[in-house]
Amino acid sequence: MAVIKLSALDHIFEKYEEKKGNLIPVLHDIQEEIGYLPVEVQRYASKKLGVAMSKIYGVISFYSFFTTEPKGEHTIGVCMGTACYVKGAEDILNRLKEELEIETGQTTADNKFTMTVTRCLGTCSMAPVIMIDEQVHGNLTAAKIPEVINKY
Amino acid sequence: MEIIIDNKKIEVDKGKTVLEAAKENGIVIPTLCHSSFLEDVGACRMCLIEDLADGKLKTSCTTEVKEGMEVLTKSERVEDSRRTILDLLISDHPLDCMTCEAGGNCILQDLAYHYGIERSSYGAKVERRFEIERNNEFIELDPDKCILCGKCIRVDQDIQCSDAIDFVDRGFQTKVGAANDEGLGGEDSTCVFCGQCVELCPTGALSYIPSQNKGREYDFEKTVTTCPYCGVGCQLELKTRDRKVIEVGSVYREGTPNPYGEACVKGRFGYDFINHPDRLKKPLIKRNGSFEEAEWEEALSMVAERLTEIKDEYGGRALAGLSSAKCTNEENYLMQKFMRAVIGTNSVDHCARLCHASTVAGLVKAFGSGAMTNSIAEIEGSDVIFVIGSNPTENHPVIGSKMKKAQKQGTKLIVADPRQIELSSLAEVAIQHRPGTDVALLNGLIHVIIDEGLADQKFIEERTENYEYLASVVEDYTPEKVEEITGVEAVKIKKAARLYAEADKAAIYFAMGITQHRTGTDNVLSVANLALLTGNVGRESTGVNPLRGQNNVQGACDLGALSNVYPGYQSVEDPEIKEKFARAWETEELSEEVGLTVVEIFKQAGKEIKGLYIIGENPVISDPDQRHIEESLDKLDFLVVEDIFLTETAKFADVVLPAACFAEKEGTFTNTERRIQKVNQAIEPPGEARADWKIISEISTRMGYQMNYDSPAEIMAEIAEVTPIYGGIYADRLGDKGLQWPCKDREDPGTKFLHQGEFARGKGKFHPVTYIPPAEEVDEEYDFIMMTGRMLYHFHTGTMTRNSEPIDKHEPDAYLEINEKDAKKLRIKEGDRVRVTSRRGEVETNVRIGERVQPGQIFMPFHYAESPANRLTNPVLDQDAKIPELKVTAVKIEKVKSNKI
Repeated sequence: MAVIKLSALDHIFEKYEEKKGNLIPVLHDIQEEIGYLPVEVQRYASKKLGVAMSKIYGVISFYSFFTTEPKGEHTIGVCMGTACYVKGAEDILNRLKEELEIETGQTTADNKFTMTVTRCLGTCSMAPVIMIDEQVHGNLTAAKIPEVINKY
Repeated sequence: MEIIIDNKKIEVDKGKTVLEAAKENGIVIPTLCHSSFLEDVGACRMCLIEDLADGKLKTSCTTEVKEGMEVLTKSERVEDSRRTILDLLISDHPLDCMTCEAGGNCILQDLAYHYGIERSSYGAKVERRFEIERNNEFIELDPDKCILCGKCIRVDQDIQCSDAIDFVDRGFQTKVGAANDEGLGGEDSTCVFCGQCVELCPTGALSYIPSQNKGREYDFEKTVTTCPYCGVGCQLELKTRDRKVIEVGSVYREGTPNPYGEACVKGRFGYDFINHPDRLKKPLIKRNGSFEEAEWEEALSMVAERLTEIKDEYGGRALAGLSSAKCTNEENYLMQKFMRAVIGTNSVDHCARLCHASTVAGLVKAFGSGAMTNSIAEIEGSDVIFVIGSNPTENHPVIGSKMKKAQKQGTKLIVADPRQIELSSLAEVAIQHRPGTDVALLNGLIHVIIDEGLADQKFIEERTENYEYLASVVEDYTPEKVEEITGVEAVKIKKAARLYAEADKAAIYFAMGITQHRTGTDNVLSVANLALLTGNVGRESTGVNPLRGQNNVQGACDLGALSNVYPGYQSVEDPEIKEKFARAWETEELSEEVGLTVVEIFKQAGKEIKGLYIIGENPVISDPDQRHIEESLDKLDFLVVEDIFLTETAKFADVVLPAACFAEKEGTFTNTERRIQKVNQAIEPPGEARADWKIISEISTRMGYQMNYDSPAEIMAEIAEVTPIYGGIYADRLGDKGLQWPCKDREDPGTKFLHQGEFARGKGKFHPVTYIPPAEEVDEEYDFIMMTGRMLYHFHTGTMTRNSEPIDKHEPDAYLEINEKDAKKLRIKEGDRVRVTSRRGEVETNVRIGERVQPGQIFMPFHYAESPANRLTNPVLDQDAKIPELKVTAVKIEKVKSNKI
């Protein structure tokens, strides 16, 4: 894991005046900047904002947006909405796990992909779908998976 | 106003909730998430009622009463929805009541019983969803048993103020968790194991690890008594079974020092020592260098004979006694009475000499009374709290929590301490002055206040004397000059001065950081000057508040276990007072000469002092310059030690007498806010151990001076006769909240805060003092300044906490704190073994690196016999109070061994 220079985040704390009530926007900005919220960063935020570590963890674990694991270059979201599920989303997910050698929520060893599951993406006509970054890939079968990920 | 509950008309005050109104009128509404002293959140939905005005079901805990309101608490709709809620809760709750710790003490179980819910109609919980968390010695958390009522979180955040736990995760996965979800014992956890969460948990989700499988609530006998640790004087409930203390519960009682059941890890978990196998059970007599068990008769006779022999040969002045801040008021009174009336010496002292002797000396001079001026409950009412030389969150944890609570509610904190203590991070102004520069710092604050016209002129004119002299002395102490001495930036000094002076109600709290210096009395006088200057004495939530470190150090002082005063601080040098005691005690032995103090007694051992009688003290660990103490004990002709364990000191004794501990006897302790509280017997003493008051009486009687008391209550009645400030203190008046002295007669309700309208000495007197540096400063060889003190988990010489298994497991090793910069320079790492050497000796200990201490300084707790900090400390004394300079010692540090882990 890369070493994070904590003082490089100071501009974010300054922006929010180191106020307790600004915990969520602060965490949001930090994650935007470095991609995730490791424990060292949580400790730094705790000290800077005067917010307890338990509270920070409470917030991070409550909002699915926040993550304590580093994200890969690309984020794969496997749709588990009703339509995709019926059309075999589980097969897609299993194949992805196999190909990438990771579980849901994890990042590949080469730091290329992070895989998550999502609720309905609203493109049910193309079910089953996965979304890689902002791009939707539809009408998938397990066999098509290698081809899709090889594009990245 | 009038409301109707269950068709019954009820008179109720505005602002109450329906739940409160019902409770006041004996109507029971079930609750799971409600507690009378926590904010109501309406989470559990058990307390639903039906409001007939709109037909809605509402949570009674969050619904305020309204004129003419009509509600039903047991209508079919209400009862049905309660049943549904229980049904849902139980569908996700393990049905393991047979083995659950909370069996018989579980609200969920009680409600299921009441509503006849044998199993959930939604199916039974089959699999665990969470891991049980027990990565610490004290508290287990089983999230599967948690109903998410949140009481634990609210008491943690709003009363204890540790912010250790919160709801984590979301939806069905929600649970109560600590930082990083690593459990209460996790690296980033701020849990201090006070146990208040366990006390409020309505189910078995939180439980005490040490008492698991040792009994359930209904198996225990319960005794409310006073905590034996620090001077806060928490009320605790000892839960006992088969003559053993199994668990310590909270007591919720308005008007006590801990009304919301507060406690700390020591009070909650430090009870193993009571039933420890090493407790002394029979008297011991040393023969040919080793101890042999003896019968009481023989031991008592030997003590009486040897003391009589020494008295006959050398006179009473050749004997001295050390009384104990751990013993009851009644026992301290008897001990000093024995030394004065029977032996004929005033050389009776105790460990207060090493902690607050300078407080008593200083505050008596300034105000006329040496105790905490205000009360613990007033903390929340202060606008500004100035904490100097005190680390309450570790040493007086319940007071520390109250300060944190006050800070949350808007009180501003000024914290001055050479170390960065927990409160520093919450302070408006945090000052880290160099050790031993307190007078300079305080004079600097006074200088700024006078200079900027912030002094309370009216108060100064009406209620004080000697102001002009003070003004002239502090003139030199400009913020810039003070910065040079203390290392604190001038702007900070100005900011702190303004904050304190401009507050309407400002209170000062201090402890050993002020008193344990050769200028201890000067330090205290400076503190008093500051309060007088701003009129912050004699009013609620203000004052000068020394925090006393031992359960009964206040009482031991009050009752004359000091070499210069009789009970109630009546001077031994005053012939009239002497005459009064001679009459009351029917003795001709009383001396008008001030006796020797703790440190002086050891200096004179083998010379003036031939025999010593020690009760419940362990000077080998607690007193400065250990080697000297050990040599002194060796030089004595006769030493008798009365204690609960064979302590490091007791090993030097000729006769050791086994004593009962606090849980095994009756009496009273006086806490730091002058509150005399009951000590109630929970169990019988082990073996043949006896209460100290009985032992002293036996020895006295054998020496020809009859002491025939039937009970401590009888002794207290005698105390009231001869001690004006305790004049109204009788056992039958103490009730369940005790009484605060001064309390002059049976009608007197006691005194919440001192010096209202008039000081005990008439006018408050300014005593200008000039800065004198500590006796030892760094030089080329001894290049670090060592401070000593306590930590949260251990207490004093460790006789109690180190013999309490969970606590000693949690903090087994001695350590020193060093700044990371120094550690780098010395090439030492966390956990390395180092040798610390002073001019008097050396000890080895383990290193903890951090930012708590500044570069050039180290801190060592003094609890550990294997690394005794007091082998190093300097016995140089404050000239007024004879307190040694335990806080500033020049030392050097060398690495012995690297940490292999």
